[in-house]
Amino acid sequence: MSTAELQAKLNVALDPEGFLVDPEDWTPEIAEVLAQEEGIQLTERHWQVIRFVRDYYREHGEPPTLRAITKRSGVPTKELYQLFPKGPAKKVARIAGLGKPKGCI
Amino acid sequence: MNEEKTAEAKTGDEKTRTLAIICSKGSLDMAYPALVLANAARMLGIEVKLFFTFWGMDIITRDKVEHLKVTPVGNPAMHMPNLVGVIPGTTELATAMMKAKIQKLDIPDVPEFLEMIHDAGAEIYACRMAAEMMGLDKEDLVDQVDDIVGAMEFLEMTEDAQLLFI
Repeated sequence: MSTAELQAKLNVALDPEGFLVDPEDWTPEIAEVLAQEEGIQLTERHWQVIRFVRDYYREHGEPPTLRAITKRSGVPTKELYQLFPKGPAKKVARIAGLGKPKGCI
Repeated sequence: MNEEKTAEAKTGDEKTRTLAIICSKGSLDMAYPALVLANAARMLGIEVKLFFTFWGMDIITRDKVEHLKVTPVGNPAMHMPNLVGVIPGTTELATAMMKAKIQKLDIPDVPEFLEMIHDAGAEIYACRMAAEMMGLDKEDLVDQVDDIVGAMEFLEMTEDAQLLFI
């Protein structure tokens, strides 16, 4: 699905790379659709990561680094890469409704 | 149609991209660029294969990995005369300063970084010739080393990869 089609389906603004423009627009339903788009069926472990990322964002005003996720969400590196294969940094941020990650670690 | 294709290409990463990193230097300030780039690549879904050779072997040698140092002598980035660099204790000071800064940024130390990139799926190889030169066996190397391979073998493994020599 193209970004434009996805945008129409979800009724939220997406940037050209498919990230939510406004993190406040995010809902769990949007996460389900975006995950499906990435070929991911969300399980409780996925939600554990997503909830951590959302909470962190609410608290700090910026998305956590992947390192912060693996250190503090209870989901270790190996599992995070299994849950969000082929590039967890962008996938986690996108599904959790945050912008494209900018950190280095 | 074209627009749609571009959008797809941007969000997806179907094409496998591989980054080969050759680490030939064993100082602390030469270890980090490779580790940071390897990790960044994995975070983006890029395949990573690291090849440690010559002084780079220190980074994956069990009894050396925790004692990597920043050497001010001959290091133009240190902004100090080489003569100052030879004063006893300067290397220790520079090393301690770098380690403190790294920790402040929540960047892992080298042993933990190796574990992190390996857990993230980066493959770690030691150079056969360097291992033989230094009398090192697999047991002398950190757990994350996948194998000891020859240079030809590594180049075969990384055919079509983008290559980085550090």
